[in-house]
Amino acid sequence: MSALLSVSELQKSFGAVVVADASSFDVAQGEAVGILGPNGAGKTSLFNLITGSLRPDGGAIRFEGRDITSASAAARCKMGVARSFQIPQPFVGMTVFENALVGATQGAGLPAAEAEAHALDVLHETGLFAKANMRAGSLSLLERKRLELARALAAKPKLLLLDEIAGGLTDAECGALIDTIKRIHAKGTTIIWIEHVVHALMAVVERLIVIDFGRKIAEGEPKAIMESAEVKEIYLGIAADG
Amino acid sequence: MDWVSAVVQGTLLGGLYALFAAGLSLIFGVMRLVNIAHGDLIVLAAYLGLSTTVMLGVHPFVALLIVMPAMAGIGYCLQRGVLNQTLGDDILPPLLVTFGLSVIIQNALLEGYSADPQKMSAGTLETASISAGGLTVGVLPLLTFAIAVAVIAGLQFMFYRTAMGRAFRAVSDNSDIAQLMGLNKAHVFGVAMAIALAVTAIAGILLGVRTSFDPSVGGARLIFGFEAVIIGGLGNLWGTLAGGVILGVAQTLGAKVDPGWQLLAGHIAFLIVLAVRPNGLFPRVSH
Repeated sequence: MSALLSVSELQKSFGAVVVADASSFDVAQGEAVGILGPNGAGKTSLFNLITGSLRPDGGAIRFEGRDITSASAAARCKMGVARSFQIPQPFVGMTVFENALVGATQGAGLPAAEAEAHALDVLHETGLFAKANMRAGSLSLLERKRLELARALAAKPKLLLLDEIAGGLTDAECGALIDTIKRIHAKGTTIIWIEHVVHALMAVVERLIVIDFGRKIAEGEPKAIMESAEVKEIYLGIAADG
Repeated sequence: MDWVSAVVQGTLLGGLYALFAAGLSLIFGVMRLVNIAHGDLIVLAAYLGLSTTVMLGVHPFVALLIVMPAMAGIGYCLQRGVLNQTLGDDILPPLLVTFGLSVIIQNALLEGYSADPQKMSAGTLETASISAGGLTVGVLPLLTFAIAVAVIAGLQFMFYRTAMGRAFRAVSDNSDIAQLMGLNKAHVFGVAMAIALAVTAIAGILLGVRTSFDPSVGGARLIFGFEAVIIGGLGNLWGTLAGGVILGVAQTLGAKVDPGWQLLAGHIAFLIVLAVRPNGLFPRVSH
């Protein structure tokens, strides 16, 4: 398998706070990878580094074999990297449909008619079709989370980064979301998913990476990782005793 | 009848003010940039029009075919080369830089064209008029108003119905996220300034055909533009047209009472609106 994303020796700190400490990992084409770690471990910063919102102090990021370490956020999106945010950040003044359309026209680079069709497709996929003409600012939290996913999908990503998208959902909503993400993955989209809702993560991902203090502390098959003593101790804290 | 006539003249004058204001409104809406040099850019466009008509011997409206692309090009380069660097959390740098730009443009025009008042000739169009029901209306003011309506309608369509317009709104809404969705902010801002200055070109030509101008008249055009934008409500293009009309009507009515009151009446109308409706008469629906 060829690596779609290859992160090597990534280094980033804000003063004394280290958010990436020589992290290295590969994500293969078509893989679904979960990222676990305590709050403040550097998970979201890792996404910011991969999407280009943050510049690393050192190390390299390669996407489809090309070095994208110094590429702009916009260029990375056009190459096929899209993300959702933990705290939804829709374009509040625009309709749900227009939010998706921005991703389809700008990110995926589709011509007008195709972009509109694709934007409607992703709204169907994410259950937002009925809300298409509503202002994004008037959506509920759950709907905003779905819009995060819809907008990222609209950009036709090869690599989809999901940041705690299952947080705060009911079991039924979470189940529906897992089905949606499984469908997206089954269509060939590579996924990296940061999530605290472990059962949701376990239902989808094929591999887990655990980070703490910006450093990768474990990586491997999800079940084995969750049972490893090191992860129980560092990530689950007191749960290791129980 | 005189008063009705004054209101009609004022309304048509409002079209010109709306054209002064449209570019200002677009720029503020997209990138929260207050362009102090806007009035001087209008005057620059008028001088470019003058040079084109003199050198090529063409009608001022034909000169638009050259002045509009020229101003758009200047706008794009200005935005990417200078103004983008001033944008950020602090609102002071763009104010200072555009103020400096205003001084530079005025002095460059003084150097190149002298302080003598100039005027573009639009031939018979300037004096042509049509009468209806006892009212006599100049063709040029009527045409100016029609162009203003068309420009506002065009900008409105572009803003709400095209991919470029969505890009403007997305970047204005949240520029960090917009960049993650594949939008190059620097380019989007450049295009916005290009469009704004293309509209400014139209405003400049119409100004130069209507009245005489010299390098120092930009400041007053900036004030009229600002007043129209604020009376109408920030971020609302049709509101800007309404603001221009209110300003124009106030001025012509003021002039009717006493010729010396023309500008004062306009400013008073502006202050009344500001006191009663600080967000303007038609602020964009808040989200």
